Amino acid sequence: MTVVTLLLSKASARIADITAFLTAAVTTVIAFMLIGSPVNTYWMGNWFPPFGITLVYDGLSGLMLLIINLIALLSIIYSFSYMEKYTAKPKFYALFLLMLAGMNGVALTGDLFNLFVFLEIASIASYALVGFGVEHQELEASFKYLILGSVASTMVLLGIALVYAMTGSVNMADVASTLAAMPAKTTIAFAAGVFLMGFALKSGLVPFHAWLPDAHPSAPAPISAMLSGVLIKALGVYAMVRVMFNVLGAAPIYLDIMLVLGAISMVIGGFLAVGQFDLKRQFAYHSVSQMGYIVLALGLGTPLGLIGGIFHLINHATFKSLLFLASGAIEHATGTKHMKKLGGLKESMPVTSTTFVIGSLSISGVPPFNGFFSKLIIILACVQAQQWLLAVLASIASVITLLSFLKAMKFSVFGQVPQAIAERIKEVPFSMAFSMIFLAVMCLGIGIAYLVAGPTFTDIFLQPAADVLMDGLENGSANYIATVLGIGG
Amino acid sequence: MNLKELSQDESLGMTIIVKTIARLVMSFIILFGCYIILYGHITPGGGFAGGVIIAIAYVLMMLTFGGKVAMAKLDNFWASMWDNIGALAFVVLGFLGLTGGHFFLNFINHGTPGTLISAGIIPLANISIAIKVGAALYAIFIGLSVYGRLVTEEEK
Amino acid sequence: MSLYVLTMALMGMGIYALIAKRHIIKKIIGIVTMEYAINLFLILIGYRTDGIAPIQDSQISAVELAARAVDPLPQALVLTSIVIGLGTLALMASLAIKLYEKYKTFDMSEINRLRG
Repeated sequence: MTVVTLLLSKASARIADITAFLTAAVTTVIAFMLIGSPVNTYWMGNWFPPFGITLVYDGLSGLMLLIINLIALLSIIYSFSYMEKYTAKPKFYALFLLMLAGMNGVALTGDLFNLFVFLEIASIASYALVGFGVEHQELEASFKYLILGSVASTMVLLGIALVYAMTGSVNMADVASTLAAMPAKTTIAFAAGVFLMGFALKSGLVPFHAWLPDAHPSAPAPISAMLSGVLIKALGVYAMVRVMFNVLGAAPIYLDIMLVLGAISMVIGGFLAVGQFDLKRQFAYHSVSQMGYIVLALGLGTPLGLIGGIFHLINHATFKSLLFLASGAIEHATGTKHMKKLGGLKESMPVTSTTFVIGSLSISGVPPFNGFFSKLIIILACVQAQQWLLAVLASIASVITLLSFLKAMKFSVFGQVPQAIAERIKEVPFSMAFSMIFLAVMCLGIGIAYLVAGPTFTDIFLQPAADVLMDGLENGSANYIATVLGIGG
Repeated sequence: MNLKELSQDESLGMTIIVKTIARLVMSFIILFGCYIILYGHITPGGGFAGGVIIAIAYVLMMLTFGGKVAMAKLDNFWASMWDNIGALAFVVLGFLGLTGGHFFLNFINHGTPGTLISAGIIPLANISIAIKVGAALYAIFIGLSVYGRLVTEEEK
Repeated sequence: MSLYVLTMALMGMGIYALIAKRHIIKKIIGIVTMEYAINLFLILIGYRTDGIAPIQDSQISAVELAARAVDPLPQALVLTSIVIGLGTLALMASLAIKLYEKYKTFDMSEINRLRG
């Protein structure tokens, strides 16, 4: 569809809008309809594994597909009117669709090298998208992101090379079954360390977070929403979890490393975010902190922890995208991101400020929004696993998040409108408002759905994904291997 | 845009010896590239290497004759268009495999291995990849050299 | 064995160039060296001592080829990886040109408007 967009865009720019929208809409509808269907595999070119590439659809992949495509569809709707101020709009859609294709490939693949190829496709598209409006800061941020991202991809390739040297195959299920039968070797531990480093850099955990506060604010607002909402999760956390749990067979040492990385990211991200005065930069530091929450929950290894981590992943996708879209709307209307120059947007931009407040309350963990439930599950999982220090740290990080978002809301939404921008403010166009309202309704809706019908919500969305990971933890991915190598496509 | 007359022109590009030799060698480079592409399923090489070789012929023309002559022969719009055509052909080949029941299935008759007409869709895939890679590499060269230099000349 | 160590030394040189040099082009060269070192490592994994090329012509049978040839799978993986490296290099080079236009310098320590 990227190619079709590029070809058709020579004719007119409107067609690029419609093509991108139709593509994202079709993939979202397909992903939604596939929820709840049983595990399925697809052999590319009818080559049976382990000779060919397989595409695997199980609970975790289905959930990731739904989130990726839904947030992408909303970002495309948002960028109908937001991207008018940039010159090459069809090329934006082409790169966007390329990034979307890469992320969908990462979520669906069952082969390690295929994972690397799709990871690189999505990463290169995002490097180009971060520097899309070619100003000073955007180019600098894009270059830093590019260098660090290339190092991460090289590390992932090194890990794949080591795994191939040890097992003789790159198919995920084949590697899992070979490694389960083999005694533990130091090369596999080294490969696991290298994988952790590569994927942690892609997901922005401390100490690999240096590109995140530069890249996410400098990108155009829908790209920031995609980057912070889905890219760091699909490329970083999902790939890390899939490789660690299902392929390499999670030894307790890897889980401990994930716990430490998650805890450090939570606290340091939160502390660094409080002192920021740039709106989007503060949100970027919060992404670091929330990624720490997710990795912490996934590293606990208990069933409740896995459910909490996956639930927080979904929630963070919704409210962080909402926050970035809202800040983009603020910048679109007022022309600035600096908090001290904003103020009192409540009267002149009601839709934006309402959705902004909803997003801030969700991320701080205020009931009945969805952030409260996922953070509650994470803290309870920490207590259940008897990691008292981590539970305390998670609570402290949540309070710090609330503090920094109160500051953001005070400066931007409430208060007096400064004279310099008072005349120019008006409400955002309909397409931008639609995406923000949809995400805000989703935040509230997920929260209330969990409150009212908790067990059914968990069974439909969260439990299949958690089962896949538990399967990897407990019985060496026996179900996963049986699925891929057993039934045909 | 006759290259033979342009190679006599002293003020354009490099010296006359370089331009004459480049003009004669270009067609052999393209021929060699086509050989690598078409025999890609029997000998080493294939689509990517052959595409790079064909792009190098055009880059040689750009280096010796100057950016303006290269842009007149194959400009930005057409390089991008060939790029898209190559990618679209590859994806269409993949979807045509659906007629056999699977994406990317090798659905053409396989033939006897070791001869030129064999191995199903692999030669067609090689050709489309070569078009795409050649056009893309040439477009990168144009973007970095011709467009990059134009901006700094404006500042002078 | 010593070949693997030399490949890792090449990767170490790439990392050194990336970290210690301040010029943007030298950093790009460091990244490219690092990527090619990993490609070399991947090919070396498939090497079999006194092996022949995995191409079947009329003189050699399939069974003998499977016993004596080097592993062709890493070669296919490396081909893909080289193309990915080419794409990244093109993007890095164009970003370097654009950065020079905006900041008028190639020194990375002066390109630091984003702080904090």
